[in-house]
Amino acid sequence: MRKIDTNDMLLQVTTKITAFIILLFSLHLFLAGHNNPGGGFIGGLMSAGAVVLLLLAYDLKTVRRILPFDFIYVAGVGLLVAILTGMGSFLFGAPFLSHTFDYFQLPFLGKTELATAVLFDIGVYLVVVGVTMTIIQTIGEKE
Amino acid sequence: MIVIAKAIVIFFILLGAILCLIAAIGVLRLPDVYTRMHAASKASTLGVVLILVGVFFHEWFLTGVISAKILLGIVFIFLTAPVGAHLIGRAAYNTGVKMDKRSVQDDYGGFRNFVIKRKEDSYL
Repeated sequence: MRKIDTNDMLLQVTTKITAFIILLFSLHLFLAGHNNPGGGFIGGLMSAGAVVLLLLAYDLKTVRRILPFDFIYVAGVGLLVAILTGMGSFLFGAPFLSHTFDYFQLPFLGKTELATAVLFDIGVYLVVVGVTMTIIQTIGEKE
Repeated sequence: MIVIAKAIVIFFILLGAILCLIAAIGVLRLPDVYTRMHAASKASTLGVVLILVGVFFHEWFLTGVISAKILLGIVFIFLTAPVGAHLIGRAAYNTGVKMDKRSVQDDYGGFRNFVIKRKEDSYL
């Protein structure tokens, strides 16, 4: 097998631009999940997709330098957040995983509905990102 | 007024659909990988973008919603589809896929086995 030169300038420059668009869109999907299609699962998958695009354009070592943490801990933190938001309802004498919402006046956004379901969704988001990236990195590392 | 809006929407969506059809016919009719990539990448990119522009105008004129998602999709497809075609074409060339027998010149042939040895030769 002949060695193919790896001058991936076009792919790398495009990745630098599109990775941010994908991350922004995943954030939009995550925040829109309450009233529109979207939510923690698909937002987490899109964030993992942006990191996978970085992995395709650069190599495993560069991406590990950009994101210097172990993704299995991200999944663990996500599970912890999900369980703690479920247990947080005990403080108000409500059953496990009870959720509530209220309207607040925020400085720039005006009247906004803030729901505690978002906290649970953050947990789902982190678990999906962590598990997907752990699977892909462990498969990619096998020689 | 609503007739003009509908005419603009119909114009963009029909033009995009016809361009996508031309791209599909090009993929069937052209002889080798590179000319097929030429047809598929350019014509279908513009076709999909025109369909998206038509949908954007439809949302804007007839329901009053300016959809930023569609604009972002247009920018995204314009950025990524040609790069994808470039990568497929380069992968085909590097793995030795033959050009059509009517091709007359292969200027990249001399650089085929080019390996970056010095740091100055790299573009990065």
